[in-house]
Amino acid sequence: MASETPLLDELEKGPWPSLVKEIKKTGYTGLLKLYELNYEDKMTHWTHGGMVGVPGYDAGVIGRVSDRRDILADAHTIRFIQPAGWFYSTKKLRKLVELWNKYGSGLMNFHGATGDLQVVGIPTENIEPFFDEAAKEHWDIGGSAGDFRTASNCIGPARCEMACIDTNDIYHTLMSDEQILNDMHRPRFPYKFKVKISGCPTDCVAGVPRADFVIMGTWRDDIKIDQEEVRNYAKSGKVDVDYIVQNCPTKAMSWDGNELKINNDECVRCMYCLQKMPKALSPGDDRGATILVGGRARGRYGAFLAWTLIPFMKLEPPYTELKELMYKLLDWWDENGRAKERIGETIYRIGAGKFLHEVGLDPLPTMVKAPRNNPFWFYFPGEVQVDEE
Amino acid sequence: MALSFDELDFGPPDYKEMLPPVLERNYGKWKYHEEIEPGVYKHVSESGEEVYTVRAGQPKFIASETVLKLCDLADKYANGYLRFTSRHSIEFILDNKDNVEPLKKDLAELGFPVGGTGRTVRSIVACTGWVHCHTPATDSPGLQKALMDELYDYFVSEKLPARLTIAVSGCLNMCGAVHCSDIAILGVHRRPPKVIDEVVSKACEIPSMIAACPTYAIKPKMIKKEDGTTIRSISIDGEKCMYCGICYGLCPGTPLADPKNDGVSIWVGGKISNTRGGPAFSRLAVPFIPNNPPRWPEVVETVKKIIDAWASDAKPDERMGEWIERIGWAEFFERTGLEFTHKHIDDYIFNIRDMNAGARVKGKEIKKFS
Repeated sequence: MASETPLLDELEKGPWPSLVKEIKKTGYTGLLKLYELNYEDKMTHWTHGGMVGVPGYDAGVIGRVSDRRDILADAHTIRFIQPAGWFYSTKKLRKLVELWNKYGSGLMNFHGATGDLQVVGIPTENIEPFFDEAAKEHWDIGGSAGDFRTASNCIGPARCEMACIDTNDIYHTLMSDEQILNDMHRPRFPYKFKVKISGCPTDCVAGVPRADFVIMGTWRDDIKIDQEEVRNYAKSGKVDVDYIVQNCPTKAMSWDGNELKINNDECVRCMYCLQKMPKALSPGDDRGATILVGGRARGRYGAFLAWTLIPFMKLEPPYTELKELMYKLLDWWDENGRAKERIGETIYRIGAGKFLHEVGLDPLPTMVKAPRNNPFWFYFPGEVQVDEE
Repeated sequence: MALSFDELDFGPPDYKEMLPPVLERNYGKWKYHEEIEPGVYKHVSESGEEVYTVRAGQPKFIASETVLKLCDLADKYANGYLRFTSRHSIEFILDNKDNVEPLKKDLAELGFPVGGTGRTVRSIVACTGWVHCHTPATDSPGLQKALMDELYDYFVSEKLPARLTIAVSGCLNMCGAVHCSDIAILGVHRRPPKVIDEVVSKACEIPSMIAACPTYAIKPKMIKKEDGTTIRSISIDGEKCMYCGICYGLCPGTPLADPKNDGVSIWVGGKISNTRGGPAFSRLAVPFIPNNPPRWPEVVETVKKIIDAWASDAKPDERMGEWIERIGWAEFFERTGLEFTHKHIDDYIFNIRDMNAGARVKGKEIKKFS
């Protein structure tokens, strides 16, 4: 008998694990037919799913319906707030799988681009009973639309020697915060607000390109050097210390074959040498975070990379200073942002100087690549003398 | 039965209950790590304890049945715990070195490749594409599969000058975060949305659509019907529309899918990490390749060509963008054989800062002009 999915069958071939095989393992036959049709027609047959959700929440369930209801009708997506560091116990996962098999399609996504654990393909009438049971297992719904999105964090001190902040604890504290959860589940912002937490400037969670607010671990004192281990790396032949020194972006290092010297005043904490010689080099002891603002992938003014707002902040539980800063920015954006405008775009439109003035932060040379190159600026009230009329 | 208000807003499950005990014991005490082989890391704690991490790639979606099989492996070898990385690989964290080989063998039997560490191609990050979304111009999970089949060897063995990150996004929403990847595939629509007046008038907030359009291409429109009634809709200025699809995100009455014109663009040289030169955007390499499902051979071939050009010449640790910066963009287009077109010059928000200020042209290039 001829296959009903000749095009998709081609994606079962080859060494990389096949998502088509995975879809076939589930009972989600409507999707298989619709997906094949998408391949045949070279376009998607999914369309807007309208407003779906669970009582009490206005976000986190993404409505999905197809324009071929004869094949597949309503099959929505649910985002769950993932555990910090994407750690799971099999006990917890098995129980979720059991519930998902009972109410949904059986197809799962570890994870969505923002970080959530996503399950795809649930009919409207099953959403509420599914969430009732999932909630008992402590699976709460994540963000969507103009709200505080689910954050994400790197593995941090759980298994990384470079972690300068406790990324898991910061993530869990923020994601369990009453005010943040309220702003996640009941959208009130101009657009999405994404937070990413990286333990060091390697930025394994890709905060700089796509997060509105980035918490990035760093240190203030000197890089710790174990000279014996540097020599061992050099002797091993696996690491070319000269080459690393030569590649240092600020030429802050020197190596005479016996001793490695680092001019810590010149070091920009790029992490290159630490990554190459983790046994010999480690971040200093005076640790905290750099706070960046305004990253986003695409938009009216093109893509933005997040930029350094606060060069260094000490971070200790319960992270009050961090949360206060975050909400100061959120309030300013809520006041000034236009529809579908991320905070970086609002700052761009209104001007970074004015933004800093209005949120009460001092301008710092570490915020810019270089000062402005044009003489067109405005004055704040009181800066120039005005003749009395 | 809906949950009462008091029962809502409880947040994620506690990670502390899901940390492997060996990580809990050595939390914040890690001293160093080394790569044992592609896909296997060793981390050593100040306490002297060692953990072995085995990393495997996965498809964009997995069946619940497969999740249970992964759980079986985690129970058998990793004390009942597993985790995922930010590039969506699966990690098993083992406190016993002797479990590494049997786990690798079991993963191979399940069809999950071990790799993606050090100087390899990393797992491709992809959005949901045609599998489960209404906006994409291409199928990201299908492209991910077609590309990873071809690049499989680069995932399981370290044959590249540096790490290579690839991302695929089906449309300009860029859920696959393509704009800072070594190589990025981005689905593109090339025609303005079709306006279905009946739907716009019934289901859409017209002022929000007007406000959200980045190029101010949307205007309100009143239509007088034969029965004397009027309906409100919008018109789209085809000269201004950039086919971004943000209006379709807000309104089902402005679909853009167009099998004749949809396809993909390819971007190169982006980077996320602060290392050396720091973060950088991906830049346009190929403005358009038509969709050719199920395996997109032209896209796969172009990506291979770009990787080959880079891998044959880059210095150790030199990422795609750093290599291009060293050899120059003219040389990049020459070595890859890709065509440089009008589309490569930014005239959307005309970015004069991207032009070659001054007259610094390499000798090789200047000789081409008589």
